[in-house]
Amino acid sequence: MSALLTYFRPDTRTASGALLAPARWQPLEILFWLFAVSLFWLAPSKVLLLNEIAILALFALSLDLILGYAGIVSLGHGAFFGLGAYVAGLLGKHGLHDPVAGLLISGGVAALLGFVTSFLVLRGSDLTKLMVTLGVALILRELANKFSTITGGADGLTGVTMGPVLGLFEFDIFGKTAYAYSLAVLFILFYIARRLVNSPYGLLLRAIKGNSLRAGAMGVPTSLRLVIIYTIAAGYAGIAGALLAQTSQFVSLDVLDFHRSADVLLVLVLGGSGQLWGAVVGAIAFKIMYDFLAAITPQYWQFWVGLVLVLIVLLGKGGILGFYGAGRDWLANRLGKGGVR
Amino acid sequence: MTAVLETQSLCKAFGGLIATNDVSFSLPAGARHALIGPNGAGKTTLVNLLTGVLQPTSGRILLQGRDITGLPSHKRVKRGLARTFQINQLFADLTPLQTLVLAIAEREDAATGWWRPVGLRRDLIDEAEALLLQLGLIDVRDQRTATIAYGKQRLLEIAVALAGKPAVLLLDEPAAGVPETERHQILDVIAQLPASVTLVLIEHDMQLVFRFARTISVLVNGGLFMEGPAADIARDPRVKKVYLGEELVDV
Ligand SMILES: Nc1ncnc2c1ncn2[C@@H]1O[C@H](COP(=O)(O)OP(=O)(O)OP(=O)(O)O)[C@@H](O)[C@H]1O
Ligand SMILES: [Mg+2]
Repeated sequence: MSALLTYFRPDTRTASGALLAPARWQPLEILFWLFAVSLFWLAPSKVLLLNEIAILALFALSLDLILGYAGIVSLGHGAFFGLGAYVAGLLGKHGLHDPVAGLLISGGVAALLGFVTSFLVLRGSDLTKLMVTLGVALILRELANKFSTITGGADGLTGVTMGPVLGLFEFDIFGKTAYAYSLAVLFILFYIARRLVNSPYGLLLRAIKGNSLRAGAMGVPTSLRLVIIYTIAAGYAGIAGALLAQTSQFVSLDVLDFHRSADVLLVLVLGGSGQLWGAVVGAIAFKIMYDFLAAITPQYWQFWVGLVLVLIVLLGKGGILGFYGAGRDWLANRLGKGGVR
Repeated sequence: MTAVLETQSLCKAFGGLIATNDVSFSLPAGARHALIGPNGAGKTTLVNLLTGVLQPTSGRILLQGRDITGLPSHKRVKRGLARTFQINQLFADLTPLQTLVLAIAEREDAATGWWRPVGLRRDLIDEAEALLLQLGLIDVRDQRTATIAYGKQRLLEIAVALAGKPAVLLLDEPAAGVPETERHQILDVIAQLPASVTLVLIEHDMQLVFRFARTISVLVNGGLFMEGPAADIARDPRVKKVYLGEELVDV
């Protein structure tokens, strides 16, 4: 019991404990994942929406790795999402029906694009980065449009067929397998990202984001280090896109649309960037808000999304998680225990 | 003794302004050297050239006999050349402990480890803690750097540079902006550094300079105006003139 307690609450009076504390899984986090799994039985009618949330969360997670942790701004993160979707769709259409293999290949191809374009993106100012990422995404979309014999162009890519996941679980029309599959992938990649951000490399990324001049003066080859995370994040985004293609068995030009890049940025800011949970919380909030608002004001839902965004950005840094953190600290102070961190 | 750090006819022009004008000097291992000169003399520019933050217009820089003129900043650090900044360059959102663990990890080529949590790297942590203790930073170990006292931030600047175990350390006004009463603490830290480390100190406070330096260079308008043993420089009337109004103490 006490061993369990020291796991969750390492002794922060020691240096290693202080460093470990944020790396430890908190009960609330574990509860969250259990809850997400339980929704499979608790809300079977909502699994399609839940699947979309899981995919969006993964996409936002990938943006968080570069924007929230490494400080690389992007207006074209959708390029990797769209590329992953097309690769997965084409594989499913032309004979490779195994979802997991398709997922890995799609992620790999997107990562490769990330690696190659990182050398363009990482030089220059924030404005340069915004333009280059935007440009890459636009080029990719036009290519998909142009080569419509391969991609299906504006009509979309049809005839994508998927075999059972791991040879065991057939996709069903209700989306139950789809949700379980996406949630599992999200969890695994979340876990890996969580290891990464709490490792020395994660610390290094935050340092480069904070002051790259100092990082360089410490001997860090900053650009080289950013190439790695940009590549990883591109792979993550590609896998998110592949999940969408595989679970909907359809790909259209929409996956490469600018709104994908804009939405994911919005999701991350809404949830709170620079903390992995921000991506997940943001995706949930965004999708629920969308669903709710689109039902009552189908024409004007974006007005409300815009308003919420402006309020979140102006009222508090750190999005929903920022509010949560502030509330928790306030409560802890009121209870006289002092802040957790 | 062979030179650890050497420049040959180093020049740097910003448009029409010549910030570094034909500077040639050489430092032996273990030097305690001060670089002085009025505001705008080009002291920081020289440090930026030496560390690779700026590229010289012409001239060469040699570190331990090897030409490093074209080498990027981070590679010079790996060869043993470290610096502190006149204006704090720290990681505002990290704690001093995290900052030093990272600096040590980078030195040990362990900063790309991406699986094991930082908190389990005992080797790095123990060394970082020792350094925090040595510089009197242990009481702010876990505070965000942005929130700690300015004097402590200046000490952290030095600590980060020391974490790299440099052979040559360039200190650009380490006590700048620090209240009189805390300055001695910073100089004490510098005085206690191992004799093997070659030190270059830029400082306006002549009292600190003469306590520290065995040799001094005077930089005026980007050029080397004078150099020599500290005692000679202290006595030279021309130096007094350059520092019009500034008190020079006797040694
Ligand atoms: N990046 C730059 N671009 C243009 N001019 C510069 C640049 N950096 C420095 N200078 C100019 O070069 C000259 C030398 O500046 P430098 O900062 O090296 O002086 P300094 O000796 O360090 O002065 P201080 O004692 O005030 O720190 C100054 O006239 C300054 O305005
Ligand atoms: Mg200066």
